Amino acid sequence: MSSPVVHAHGAPQGFIRRYIFSLDHKVIGIQYYFLALFSVFLGMSLSVLMRFHMVYPDAKVSLFEKLWPTGAAGGIMTPELYLSLMTMHGTIMVFFVLTTAPQSGFGNYFLPIQIGAEDMAFPVLNMLSFWTTLLALVVMVSAFFVQGGAPLSGWTAYPPLSAVGPLSGPGEGMGQTLWVISIAIFCGASLMGAINFIATTIDLRARGMSMMRLPLTVWSWFVTAILGLLGFAVLLAAGVLLLLDRMAGTSFFLPAGLVVNDQILNHKGGSPLLWQHLFWFFGHPEVYIAILPGMGLASQLLATFSRKPIFGYRAMVYAILGIGFLGFFVWGHHMFMSGMNPYSAMAFSILTMSIGVPSAIKTFNWIGTLWGGRIRFTTAMLFALGFVSLFVSGGISGIFLGQPALDLYFHDTYFVVGHFHMIMGVAAIFGMFGGTFYWFPKMFGRMMNETLGKIHFYLTFLGVYAIFTPMHFLGIAGNPRRYADFTNFEFMNNLMPVHKFMTHAAIFTAVVQLIFVFNLFWSMRKGAKAPVNPWDSTTLEWTVSSPPPFDNFAGKHPVVNHGAYEYSVPGAAKDYIMQSDPA
Amino acid sequence: MAGSTTADIIGGRGAPPAPRDFGGGDGDSGGRGASRRASITGLLVLLAASVMFFAAFTSAFFVRRGMSNDWVDTPLPHILWVNTGVLVASSLALELARRALRAGRRAAFNRFWTGATILGALFLCGQYLAWRQLNDAGIYLATNPSSSFFFLLTCVHAVHLVGGISALGYIDVQALLLRLGPSKRTAVDVSAYFWHFLDAIWIYLMVLFFFWG
Ligand code: HEM
Ligand SMILES: [Cu+2]
Repeated sequence: MSSPVVHAHGAPQGFIRRYIFSLDHKVIGIQYYFLALFSVFLGMSLSVLMRFHMVYPDAKVSLFEKLWPTGAAGGIMTPELYLSLMTMHGTIMVFFVLTTAPQSGFGNYFLPIQIGAEDMAFPVLNMLSFWTTLLALVVMVSAFFVQGGAPLSGWTAYPPLSAVGPLSGPGEGMGQTLWVISIAIFCGASLMGAINFIATTIDLRARGMSMMRLPLTVWSWFVTAILGLLGFAVLLAAGVLLLLDRMAGTSFFLPAGLVVNDQILNHKGGSPLLWQHLFWFFGHPEVYIAILPGMGLASQLLATFSRKPIFGYRAMVYAILGIGFLGFFVWGHHMFMSGMNPYSAMAFSILTMSIGVPSAIKTFNWIGTLWGGRIRFTTAMLFALGFVSLFVSGGISGIFLGQPALDLYFHDTYFVVGHFHMIMGVAAIFGMFGGTFYWFPKMFGRMMNETLGKIHFYLTFLGVYAIFTPMHFLGIAGNPRRYADFTNFEFMNNLMPVHKFMTHAAIFTAVVQLIFVFNLFWSMRKGAKAPVNPWDSTTLEWTVSSPPPFDNFAGKHPVVNHGAYEYSVPGAAKDYIMQSDPA
Repeated sequence: MAGSTTADIIGGRGAPPAPRDFGGGDGDSGGRGASRRASITGLLVLLAASVMFFAAFTSAFFVRRGMSNDWVDTPLPHILWVNTGVLVASSLALELARRALRAGRRAAFNRFWTGATILGALFLCGQYLAWRQLNDAGIYLATNPSSSFFFLLTCVHAVHLVGGISALGYIDVQALLLRLGPSKRTAVDVSAYFWHFLDAIWIYLMVLFFFWG
């Protein structure tokens, strides 16, 4: 355990202590944010290359050959290269974007301020966890540059493919080993982060900040940290077993008599299903790790910009807890097709459906919050509304997939790809955009440009629906997922125009993101100076200067007298009462 | 909340009671209370993660064991019983040390704490001997699933233990240099609890190996 200095460290002077190896949760939060920003662009570029290859499989592209002299000899992408791009795309997005920005980025920056603390409970551990995450990213990306290139087995790394070594494909040697090591390092980093988030939320709340006065963002970071704690510990164990199968000749996941590339392997008795259980025991909570912070943020934004208290605060808290709890009992819905006892499948199916209840509570409460509000359509608010829209669109397809009878058909089709991109991919990213527009003034002391923000929002909203809605139809039509191209399937011929449309939409959406990047960096230098509380919000971060002083509250100790969402209180002088206003 | 406060003021009962503190409240840097609480929470959270980690291995253990006929029970080297005794003794020594510290008997604290640290190191050496004995009998990590789990679990436990010994050693050095001020009491307690936890995990592993091999 690192030294439990609560805030004994004074403001450091040198550049390195201040901005590089910083112990300040705000700097660490920004470091995480930029790590995720880099990763999201890397991941997005990979996806554009994949979409391009899918619809123009025979195009000779000299850029491909430059980047991957063997994988794309002559400028034509091999299926193996396609799979390696897919693996890296999914891995980078899930771990280094969706797990990193909403939780470690915004959470690090704002959790301590929102609860009235001067820093995280363990600043040294906090710094370590960022640098460990960065190390994991470096190891992951280095898989591109080793012999054989990046791994092929997807972000889920199912054995046998992921366990038998270079025999099963070019990226399955060193590349896959680096993948497992990187994920193990990432697990360690996430565990450190989770310890900090949990201890800080429990023990460092300001005077008067009872649990039921916490902003819903804090609740969601707190529950996400618990999910991460329990989930990543299990993934780490699974990773160790996989590494041993790959490097030490054990047979945890590898059955007897396996023949790969005409060679019989020397393993016996293991089970690939064991990996699937361990992986999805982590994997399903992981999807909630990605989305819960977005839910907390959506609640915060909808209340703020509707000028109304969040509808059913307590119900929202219990829904977050319910989702977190139930999320540990549904992993089997990813394995309906793996050969599962129909009774277990039924149990997993019923449990899966039951998550729909807290999810629906949240959705209805968001709508209830909007009802009759005096809505301010800021960019942040638009992204929060977009989040709700995408969450509903993606959640409904989940109800279909949760039925074993339907999933036997939909599994491993584009229907699943559509489902999880809607709900996990894009909804969570909309949460990040919303968080960026909302908190940027506090983080950088300047406002972002609202006009550019709105243009970016509307184009992105159109773009993502154009990319991911058709995937559901393709899935229903039987289009399999994780295929490099479809030229050899007669039944696919009629579907290719849909694929072309999606590819063009993807390129369009990717280009539109440049507006955001421009807005971000331009506003950092040239944006209008931000006041202390530009959005008339109620939570504690809006009581301090923008950006906040080093110890957050300039030596004062905030006292909390109000709940987090006291908007439009009858008889009050203003239409909002801040948490620290006198009782 | 707001309602009762208004009533208080209207009723002329003076200022409302100060809101409850939740650890971060008074927040002056001398607030040892807060950091001690946070350290103990942090430790408990860490232990929860550790429990999940070993639980995952355990479930893999039973699934793998029930699945095929290639499981050959690993004979437990006798030295493991000695090691178990050594580890339990080190936990006892830590408790004696803490008791001595509470009573202000610094010299006794140093003796017991150093003893516990040395016993911990002895345990690791003993584990190494156990691995060697198995190797000499021709049993390696990849020999069969039982031996895979045996080496894996003992190694993972040993890695935890290295962390624990570093913590004990650090405190020992601080104590011998007379630098164990009141602010380090938390570190003393936290590392002792962590050590007892590793002790418990070890006993759990012994039960696992003994009955299901
Ligand atoms: C009521 C809510 C939900 C239900 C009933 C549901 C159900 C399912 C089911 C049954 C599958 C497996 C499909 C298959 O592989 O054949 C699945 C896949 C998936 N879901 Fe959901 N889901 C829900 C919400 C979510 C949320 C909130 C997220 C993320 C934020 C999410 C992310 C994913 C991902 C990433 C996969 C695919 C994993 C893969 O195979 O690569 N789902 N969902
Ligand atoms: Cu799931």
